[in-house]
Amino acid sequence: MLSVKTNPLKFHLPVFDGPLDLLLHLIRENKVDIYDIPIADITQQYLDFLSLMESLDLAIAGEYLVMAATLMEIKSRMLLPQAPSQNPEDEEEDPRQELVQRLLEYRKFQATVDTLEGWEEYRKLLYFRGALENPEDYFLPMEAGDISLNELQEALKRALLSAGVQEEKVTAVTPRRRVSLRMKMAELLRKVRSCPEGLPFDSMIEHPAYLYDIVLLFLALLELVRQGTLRAEQETTEDGIILHMREDAV
Amino acid sequence: MNLSSAIECLLFVAGEPLNLQDMARALQCDEYTAEEALRELQLRLGESGSGLQVVSIAGGWQLATRMEYSETIGRLVTRNGGKLSHAALETLAIIAYRQPITIPEIEAVRGVSASGVVKSLQEKRLVAEVGRKQTIGRPILYATTQEFLHYFAISSLEELPVLENFEPEESDTAGGLLANAALAEASSETSQEAIYPDTP
Repeated sequence: MLSVKTNPLKFHLPVFDGPLDLLLHLIRENKVDIYDIPIADITQQYLDFLSLMESLDLAIAGEYLVMAATLMEIKSRMLLPQAPSQNPEDEEEDPRQELVQRLLEYRKFQATVDTLEGWEEYRKLLYFRGALENPEDYFLPMEAGDISLNELQEALKRALLSAGVQEEKVTAVTPRRRVSLRMKMAELLRKVRSCPEGLPFDSMIEHPAYLYDIVLLFLALLELVRQGTLRAEQETTEDGIILHMREDAV
Repeated sequence: MNLSSAIECLLFVAGEPLNLQDMARALQCDEYTAEEALRELQLRLGESGSGLQVVSIAGGWQLATRMEYSETIGRLVTRNGGKLSHAALETLAIIAYRQPITIPEIEAVRGVSASGVVKSLQEKRLVAEVGRKQTIGRPILYATTQEFLHYFAISSLEELPVLENFEPEESDTAGGLLANAALAEASSETSQEAIYPDTP
């Protein structure tokens, strides 16, 4: 029985790790055989617990409702008269069997939790070398206000430096230029015109270049070639593209 | 050169579990001699009342403080993080025994959603992804890590207590990894299908 029934004024609500945990708790509390669960009683207590949670405005996870439906289904199947079996070899399945298997399986793992907990506790009494390798493992506690923000920044800088991280000096902040295709075309045309011997396309790309600028430059080139203003030459696919003015289009 | 003192140095410097093979290589001797020297070191540390001990952990040997001094050390350094929750331990147990295992398989045992717990265990590096199961959706397979062994101060998974009526599930692993010898030995007899009631 849940403690709420024995003393409604003072009760504690156990925390369960899901419907199976709750069911195992009910089975333990009622001291019933897990292989022969009084399904009607247990279902009732299970539903009582859910309505208790509801009355306390606790959110009931979907898994609990699925289990409630399963319990009620098993209960109703157990109420049905057993159909006369055609085959005497065919033993009637106990509707509780699948649930029992799941509970047994779950209980096996629950039983190992105590062992793990004991190991965890013991392990916390041991301290190992190699704390630096696992910095999460320990830390040196410090009083608040012991250290100023500047000192922390300095420490970080030293740490980064010793780790070989080079700090890049910020020399200037340049906002992204908004260049239109038209402007790019004009720029390209001006450059080509000033190079009668031909302008290598690659030389137009300034490093560092934004992808946006390269694409725009290429679009400008295509547009100028389409218009018949520029002529693009490439000896082989390995070579760079050389741009010339079209003689007839000067 | 005193071999046991040399091993003491190796353990001090390594700061992580060293196995006999590593020690033997450094000492230029065979593993048997290394083990002898290790035992000698353990004995010497015990007899001289040293605050240190050599423990067998995560498949190797490592220098650790003796537990009686934990309180003293605790006043110098503070341990990060508390204990694992019950749900986390339960999930960890399922993964440890059934690895490699997918999240839906964990959920089938626990009856509740497991992805959140598995994620936090993964962040704590107690479990890791080890491949994908060759079934529909190719779900990720999880297994325990070296850190898991270290966290619970055990040397190998074989130290886990035997689950009663243990029936391993046959899972076709993507990587075929971490097939724990102890788990692989157990035989599977009953198939899950047998327990499903026939629908009327």
